[in-house]
Amino acid sequence: MIQLENVTKTYPKASRPSLDNVNVGIEKGEFVFFIGPSGSGKSTIIKLLLKEVQATRGKVVVNAKDVTSLRSWKVPHFRRSIGCVFQDFRLLPNRTAYENVAFALEVIGKTKAVARRVVPEVLELVGLGGKEHRYPHELSGGEQQRVAVARAFVNRPLILLADEPTGNLDPDTSIEIMRLLDRINRTGTTVVMVTHDSNIVNQMRRRVIEIESGRIVRDQARGVYG
Amino acid sequence: MRVRYVLNEVLVGLWRNVTMTIAMIITITVSLGMLGASVLMYLQVDRMKDFYYGEIEVSVFLADNVEDAQVQALKQQIDANPLVKSATYESKEDALKRFQVLYADTPDFVSAVNADSLPQSFRVKLKNPEDYDKFNEEFKGATGVQRIIDQKELLEKVFNIFNSVQLMSLVFAIVMAAAAVLLVGNTIQVAAYSKRREVAVMKLVGASNWFVQAPFVLEAVVAGAIGAILGFVGLFIGKVVLLDNKLQALTAILTPVPNGNVWLMLPLLVGVGALLSAATAWITLRFYLKV
Repeated sequence: MIQLENVTKTYPKASRPSLDNVNVGIEKGEFVFFIGPSGSGKSTIIKLLLKEVQATRGKVVVNAKDVTSLRSWKVPHFRRSIGCVFQDFRLLPNRTAYENVAFALEVIGKTKAVARRVVPEVLELVGLGGKEHRYPHELSGGEQQRVAVARAFVNRPLILLADEPTGNLDPDTSIEIMRLLDRINRTGTTVVMVTHDSNIVNQMRRRVIEIESGRIVRDQARGVYG
Repeated sequence: MRVRYVLNEVLVGLWRNVTMTIAMIITITVSLGMLGASVLMYLQVDRMKDFYYGEIEVSVFLADNVEDAQVQALKQQIDANPLVKSATYESKEDALKRFQVLYADTPDFVSAVNADSLPQSFRVKLKNPEDYDKFNEEFKGATGVQRIIDQKELLEKVFNIFNSVQLMSLVFAIVMAAAAVLLVGNTIQVAAYSKRREVAVMKLVGASNWFVQAPFVLEAVVAGAIGAILGFVGLFIGKVVLLDNKLQALTAILTPVPNGNVWLMLPLLVGVGALLSAATAWITLRFYLKV
């Protein structure tokens, strides 16, 4: 599903690479944590998978597509198979929960009729039934993140990328979000999550890949934060 | 849905920043109006050249003491010259008649002149009026020729004035166009900034590049087209008010400006306005959206 082969990423003007000769393989349906201190290069992996940045060396394969050689005009279509959740939710403040999710569908060419059918379903799935017409500022942090998850999942992506999705949430709410991601993972969606929330990693007992200074220092099935 | 979404975004975009939109449209209007005026003037000078160059003649005035045989020889020489389309001989009497007609308003002056004091001449039409210099070169030294005068030189002075006015309005149009381009670029930047969240989400979920860019580009195109239409309206009003009314006397000398030419400016201005705005917006987005 996801392959990183000898991937090195050096940002311009950086003294050392953010990722240094990284090799990772992730199978379909896996749930993987990338952990490590700030600046260790975890988020760079997410950016590489989305082709937001280009690897300096090495090969990145996502969904059997070689991302490193993907033409830039094909990137939008490629991204439709990947859902994304971020620490800061990235919701549109002037749109309701329903409209936020529908927007993601409509801008990739789905009709309003499709949105009317699919959006309530996915909002129900993330536990926001009855709150479709609230604006983000009328929702709690956890609920906003649920909207974001709904938006990421509404297009039924093969992969869900989550960049510190619990970073802005209290521990209880974080656990609820993790249950949600776990449920999504059980539908067959591959979940890749970047975090430094040790509680969550320890509770979930999933594959843990630890990165330090751009190198993989640990790759453990059913690991803990340690 | 997508078309409606894009159109809605365009209107909202233009309205959100309405003072900037107005400034943009005014600059585009003035710039394209000047461009239209310049092109019209260019076409007009062309038409006038066509018209007047068909009429103008080269006058070959003969010396007073020229003999008939020399006149005949000269006539043959002129007729045989490949540059010449036609040539007519004007005797002293003909010259007097023409003189009398020309100065009919001042009879005293006319009565003071008799045929003898006027030179005989050839009125020569050249195949190509631009060949005057060659003609002059060949005949200025011929026996019996006193002076050769080209009417074209007079016209040339008039055309030169037109040409410089036309050039001035073209330069002005280009300077205004530069201002318009900067304003369009700025407006698009502001629009892209105010919609940065939407754009970020669109890129994240994989909206196609054209879909992300279309509202911005169309916003610029609409402003460009409105500016072009206003510029055209200004041009048309200017033509009707100035040339057809106030300065009608002038149009008696200038050949009249055909309405067809003025209408021709509409597609030209709209095309230039829309294309220039679209290109500016597109290039601006390359830098500010990185799509």
